[in-house]
Amino acid sequence: MIKIKNISKSFHNKPVLKDISGTFEKGKANLIIGASGTGKSVLLKCIVGLLHADTGIVFYDFRNFTEADKETKTEIRREIGMLFQGGALFDSKNVEQNVMFPLDILTTMPLDEKLDRVNFCLKRVGLENVNNKMPSEISGGMKKRVGIARAIVNNPLYLFCDEPNSGLDPQTSIVIDELILEITKEFDTTTVVVTHDMNSVMGIGENIMFMYKGEKLWDGTNSDIINSGVKEVDDFVFVNKAMRSLKA
Amino acid sequence: MKEFGKYIMFLGTMLVRRETFATYYKLVMDESIQIGVKSTFLFALVSSFMGAVTTVQTAYNLVSPLIPKFVIAQVVREMTILELAPTIMAVIYAGKVGSSMAGGIGTMRITEQIDALEVMGINSTSYLVLPKIVASMLMLPMLVIIAAICALVGGYLVGSLTGIITPTEFVYGIRYIFNPYMVTFALIKAFVFAFLISSISCFKGYYTHGGALEVGISSTAAVTTSVIAVLLSDYFLAELLL
Repeated sequence: MIKIKNISKSFHNKPVLKDISGTFEKGKANLIIGASGTGKSVLLKCIVGLLHADTGIVFYDFRNFTEADKETKTEIRREIGMLFQGGALFDSKNVEQNVMFPLDILTTMPLDEKLDRVNFCLKRVGLENVNNKMPSEISGGMKKRVGIARAIVNNPLYLFCDEPNSGLDPQTSIVIDELILEITKEFDTTTVVVTHDMNSVMGIGENIMFMYKGEKLWDGTNSDIINSGVKEVDDFVFVNKAMRSLKA
Repeated sequence: MKEFGKYIMFLGTMLVRRETFATYYKLVMDESIQIGVKSTFLFALVSSFMGAVTTVQTAYNLVSPLIPKFVIAQVVREMTILELAPTIMAVIYAGKVGSSMAGGIGTMRITEQIDALEVMGINSTSYLVLPKIVASMLMLPMLVIIAAICALVGGYLVGSLTGIITPTEFVYGIRYIFNPYMVTFALIKAFVFAFLISSISCFKGYYTHGGALEVGISSTAAVTTSVIAVLLSDYFLAELLL
């Protein structure tokens, strides 16, 4: 479980996050949603410590991450897996080396065990026989899958996904969403997904935080969101005809 | 001054939360091959021509019959070891390797690869920058030695083939009142230049923000700043050590 309390962040005196609190539950796909520019990715980066929040505290299973010393932070970070928007695969390494990288650095596993683990993770995300391909030789969807495989290779307790569907076709997006949800259940991770894709919201949103202009405006589940009663949430959710007809 | 302070802090972060020796050993070897071995041809080529041209131009300027011809080789030796091999090669190194370092790290920054390292609990400066600096400090002195040898060989060949100076005179000139401290001085310069070029280039790349355009700007800034740092330190080292 991840708990955030009163997170605020400004850039050049312009507030981007305003006093955000919430809980991301274990074994669930927790979604942070909202329109572009509402501070979703900034919030995610504050949670994982890539950005320092001006105020507020982040707890990882009751461990204070914000005020922890560098060693504790490193320890917590080694329990984190993250899928980045563009995959963030290392260009100089092939698929296998990319997925194996956290094991190489963070463990003392023998090579054959590492290879088994890498192959298991690649198989788990539906990728086989691509071990020797370079990131430039695979598609966007495959990059995301490799990114997921790399994120889960070290059995993380916390999984973060920043816009996992960006740049993907609707069909691949659904596959990636389902994969994230399956992995969350299978490994019982605390998963936090930043997205503005309504298919993801309706498909995997078990615990949703809606952000609007840097503030948390609403939270609930995907079944609650249709009747949230909040104008800004409705404007976001029912932006297209299909969703409007669903409400009707 | 703010930028300088940031640079010092950047160097400081490199030394904390380090990975295992085996990790660095592999990275340093990879970097050494990438930046050292793969630069050998360019350095050998440039320095050979540099030595050849220096010989021809020195001979052109030494027209007095009172000056013995072996002085040409002596001048070529002094110029090569003291200045051309370490400094000019450092400038070329900044252009070839420094820009590549800044571009590579800058691209890693904008494509979130550095963030990925940080999220994994890896100190990205230590993991990415330290091996490049160590590899540079190992490789540039070696490249400078190769460059000095190639320049002297280039001078010898051109001098002999064109009849400017006989091979015997050239070899005599090279050995005449040779002060081995010049080599030590050149290697000290190479160490300092290697550190400056690699650390400045990595610093410029590491703090890249934006997109492809900014990566280009960082690479250019890395080369410009490195070259200025090399020239300034060249002057100060000459004042201090000669």
